[in-house]
Amino acid sequence: MPDPTTPILTADGTPLKAKLAQTTRQLKWKAFLLTLPLVLFVVITFVLPIGQMLYRSVHNPAGSNVVPQFAEFIQEWDGQGLPDDKYVESFVKDLAVARKNREIGKTVGNLATRVNYEMPGSRSLITSTARKAAKITEGPYLDALIKINKKWENPAIWLTLQRVSKDYTLAFYLAATDMKYDETGKIVQADDLYQIYIPILLKTLWLSAVITVLCFILAYPVSYLLSTLPLRTSNLLMILVLLPFWTSLLVRTTAWIAMLQTEGIINDALVFLGAIDDDGRIQMIYNQTGTIISMVHILLPFMILPLFSVMKTIPPSYMRAAKSMGASTFYSFRRVYFPQTIPGIAAGTLLVFILAIGYYITPALVGGNDGLLISNLIADHIKKTLNWSLGAALGTILLVVVMVFYWIYNKLVGVDNLKFG
Amino acid sequence: MSNTTGAAVRFEKVQKSYDGEVMVVKDLNLDIAPGEFLTMLGPSGSGKSTCLMMLAGFEPATNGEIYLNDKAINSVPPNKRGIGMVFQNYALFPHMSVAENLAFPLKVRGISSKDIDEKVKHTLDLVELGAFGNRRPAQLSGGQQQRVAVARALVFEPELILMDEPLGALDKQLREQMQYEIKHIHERLGVTVVYVTHDQTEALTMSDRVAVFEDGIIQQLSPPDELYESPQNSFVAQFIGENNKLSGKVTTLDGNVCDVLLDDGTHVKSEAVNVSAVGDRTTISLRPERVEVDPQSPMDNNLKGKISEILYLGDHLRIVMEVAGNKEFIAKIRNRGETRPFAKDQVVTVSWAASDCKALDPVS
Ligand SMILES: Nc1ncnc2c1ncn2[C@@H]1O[C@H](COP(=O)(O)OP(=O)(O)OP(=O)(O)O)[C@@H](O)[C@H]1O
Ligand SMILES: [Mg+2]
Repeated sequence: MPDPTTPILTADGTPLKAKLAQTTRQLKWKAFLLTLPLVLFVVITFVLPIGQMLYRSVHNPAGSNVVPQFAEFIQEWDGQGLPDDKYVESFVKDLAVARKNREIGKTVGNLATRVNYEMPGSRSLITSTARKAAKITEGPYLDALIKINKKWENPAIWLTLQRVSKDYTLAFYLAATDMKYDETGKIVQADDLYQIYIPILLKTLWLSAVITVLCFILAYPVSYLLSTLPLRTSNLLMILVLLPFWTSLLVRTTAWIAMLQTEGIINDALVFLGAIDDDGRIQMIYNQTGTIISMVHILLPFMILPLFSVMKTIPPSYMRAAKSMGASTFYSFRRVYFPQTIPGIAAGTLLVFILAIGYYITPALVGGNDGLLISNLIADHIKKTLNWSLGAALGTILLVVVMVFYWIYNKLVGVDNLKFG
Repeated sequence: MSNTTGAAVRFEKVQKSYDGEVMVVKDLNLDIAPGEFLTMLGPSGSGKSTCLMMLAGFEPATNGEIYLNDKAINSVPPNKRGIGMVFQNYALFPHMSVAENLAFPLKVRGISSKDIDEKVKHTLDLVELGAFGNRRPAQLSGGQQQRVAVARALVFEPELILMDEPLGALDKQLREQMQYEIKHIHERLGVTVVYVTHDQTEALTMSDRVAVFEDGIIQQLSPPDELYESPQNSFVAQFIGENNKLSGKVTTLDGNVCDVLLDDGTHVKSEAVNVSAVGDRTTISLRPERVEVDPQSPMDNNLKGKISEILYLGDHLRIVMEVAGNKEFIAKIRNRGETRPFAKDQVVTVSWAASDCKALDPVS
């Protein structure tokens, strides 16, 4: 046994470990250079925008952009009762300046929107006050404001303004998890009516799980068949499995609309066969059922491919060996075949589940109201309501959820056990 | 492990076709005695594995009946046949340890875990892998995996073990060692073994009897020595061992002796094995080691040969020459330590006894 404390030396006297590190370092550099273009591409087009988006979920400088002096000044206020007139004065002056501002992101409207997020119904309070702000030339400013609108008497609006004036805020995460600041600035559950995002998130997880399980149940026998057929036939069937990839997602989804709608092919056929009445047509689309059916169809190949590639490597002699030793077909399957397909099952379910969680086009088209997923809400905030910060917060939560699932999965199955193909 | 008595197997008029067009096994009749080591030998695609699969129950016989201990088993599913099987790729379950692999057939049979442990240990010791029970198959060498596969087929004490080219993946040295070990285990346990190989040496060294397959037909079923010494037809003569071919026509036929006129006009006295009448075309088969070159005294057959190549192989010399029109006539001369008396292009006398050459069916 060589003494472990004395390092082994190479012929020219350098320690073996150092020499080895030197040679492997070159290899690592080479590997790094090979991936560099892709890394740059991903960083520039993907990581940076996402990073910026995530940043947006906590960074919202509406206050300091629109009413900069007030935003800084109001932080000194202790938040008791109504603010002293000096604070109000700076607010009124800033507002008057902001009124003339035409720069994007710095108009009064931005502040109004932002305040409105936290105190619904106060948008017009800000905008109408801003219009008259220039006319207020002397104090007491608070009274002047109250004369314009009684709502300025409410301390809550001032607390909100104080919060909004901070550049960094958790408000969007609170909104994304159905919570809010109450009148006194404490974090509380939002009213029942506004409990939207958590239920949708839970529903997304639940639907994704249902879709994953359905995909698995449908894909396992098919993959088995594909893996046992002779190559020519299995290649042909494999093309059928892959066929959906050659048509656009939109086309496939709309095809489902044609199939499932109340005046669609399936209902027509059922009516024709007399299975249902003409006025008893089944609602299969624009609801959860529609989302589930079409997403199972669209995600099925992602389950079949890893399963198939794993099953392909399991020679039939395993099952034969098990049977020759006296095991029944079912026992052989359960103890010998099934365990060997676990890497494929793991990869397939992970793939389908994670794809389903983030899916958005299909539910948007066929999901109606109750078949919507969390990503549809994110898209709405990014594209329609333009509340990018809330969209970003929801996106971040979704990302975290996915990562948590991935982590749990890794604990359970071990990611190095996965076989994608 | 208790000494099991082997099972008797009988194939009766068994035929098999996969596609309804080609008969892969044609009219197989085969009786295997209890405790026998029978090898199916033959070129690739000759139907050996198919026979084994029918016996194991993984392929139905298209026609005919297979009997195990005089019970027809055509309708018995594989898991009820109680036949141990060693597969070519071993088919060791990769997700189980060696011990779990061995325990599998015992668990299926509902044996108590104490007995299982005992039997597993005992069988692992038998194949000298006692210390490897906890390893996964992937952590074993090829030879060790092979032994585990044998152990797994043995552990539930079947009366019949089938082995389909179990040594195909091993290198020569390991192969020979394993041949010896399998043979040894067979002798010790007394089980019936049906063994498939396309390696003739393996077949000759291990078997009680060898069934030579070609094209779905058993060409000859004999003990190894008989197979080598008295091949029944040209296929067997060529398939087993080395063989010189001389073609000609039968001129006289007297019991099991005949005279053959070779195509170049020389006469050869030969044992008549597979010729039926004077005038038949025949191919004479002659083992290279039975040929004498420049013998002291003349023998039954004495022909002229022109040496074209001499190969030195240590224990023997291989002389390639042209004899009676056959340019690849080979003689094996034992190396007795004399100086090499032969040279290229030298003309020598080649002689052999009439009983050493067999007149068989003609091959072109
Ligand atoms: N499952 C199958 N379907 C169709 N034809 C088959 C099948 N299995 C074997 N065959 C054909 O049957 C013939 C005999 O095959 P078999 O496997 O019995 O040969 P073998 O003697 O074991 O050959 P090898 O030494 O190469 O293993 C071959 O021509 C083969 O192509
Ligand atoms: Mg074979």
